[in-house]
Amino acid sequence: MSHTANRTISTAITAERIAEAGAVAPEAVANYALALGDDALVLAQRLGEWIAHAPELEEDVALGNIALDQLGHARNFLTYAGSAWGKTEDDLAYCRGESEFRNRQLFEQPNGDFAVTIARQFIASVYFDSLYRKLATSADPTLAAIAAKAAKEVDYHLDHSVQWLLRLGLGTEVSRERMQRGLDTVWPFVGELFSADPHAEGLEGIAVDPRTLQEHFDSVAPRLIANAGLTMPNTPAARGGGREGHHSESMGLLLAEMQVLARAHPGAQW
Amino acid sequence: MTSPGDFGGRETWPLWEVFVRSSRGLSHLHAGSLHAPDETMALRNARDLYTRRAEGVSIWVVPASAITASDPDARGAFFESPQGKEFRHATYYTESDAVPHL
Repeated sequence: MSHTANRTISTAITAERIAEAGAVAPEAVANYALALGDDALVLAQRLGEWIAHAPELEEDVALGNIALDQLGHARNFLTYAGSAWGKTEDDLAYCRGESEFRNRQLFEQPNGDFAVTIARQFIASVYFDSLYRKLATSADPTLAAIAAKAAKEVDYHLDHSVQWLLRLGLGTEVSRERMQRGLDTVWPFVGELFSADPHAEGLEGIAVDPRTLQEHFDSVAPRLIANAGLTMPNTPAARGGGREGHHSESMGLLLAEMQVLARAHPGAQW
Repeated sequence: MTSPGDFGGRETWPLWEVFVRSSRGLSHLHAGSLHAPDETMALRNARDLYTRRAEGVSIWVVPASAITASDPDARGAFFESPQGKEFRHATYYTESDAVPHL
């Protein structure tokens, strides 16, 4: 099939277009965009760890696609955030320490087995789906454009994780048990997603207050979990604090792997 | 005769053949094959593998085991019959001057 047969001039928002457009984010908006960018970046890094390790070659590609979508969202948010401080997306991704990352702790949780990854992706996708659809109406045009593009992609991520939730939950006894364990493992980090975001404060009409997304999650997630023959976890909540730079123990290793090349060879191009 | 999608009862995802229709409004064309546990996942895997560069607007997936193929060893008897029957190609007719744009 010809690669050029259907190539249309894409007008989709990209990090390069944001940089070219030269929109400078106000300080408060940049802080908020950085937090959202960190969520997507850290999740992309985790998903990327599946490459060549997924149960099937086809699933390698599926998880890789989702990882690249997330990385695209991260690049957009980080590029826009960096405009406030004269920094590039790479400066922000590679040259900050652990306590400067603002991602919610769910996204840094280790992949575990395939079921843990699906559980994490399911929760993340329900959250992102409602977040980006709401953020697409933001009064900040760059945030709105980034979110509108991301919402379309997250729609597919949600579908992918729901399909697997159903298949593992309704599959064999082993798959059901592991899917339940996967949900139980990541559930402590659900509460933090819907707690107040210090970087969203004072940005009415621009940022989305994550507390307003809880209702959507509660109307969607329990129903899908029940459809998969699984039970709602009642594991206690983790302490949270990702937005303030508090992270769980596996975060350091994740950052070390993500940043090692850029730090060993500053300014390297590859 | 075993078909390409038949794994003899082993627990492996079955094989699916993928057909993609490009946005130019042509027929669905065979794009390749993939493994998937069922038809729903086969469609999604096909979307990931064969429409990454916006190649299509429609995908069909067909279990490879549902395809009956001609026997490559019987190629001679099966495909040689048209040899020497050039009249099946309408190349020797004379063009009429009165009919333009042929």
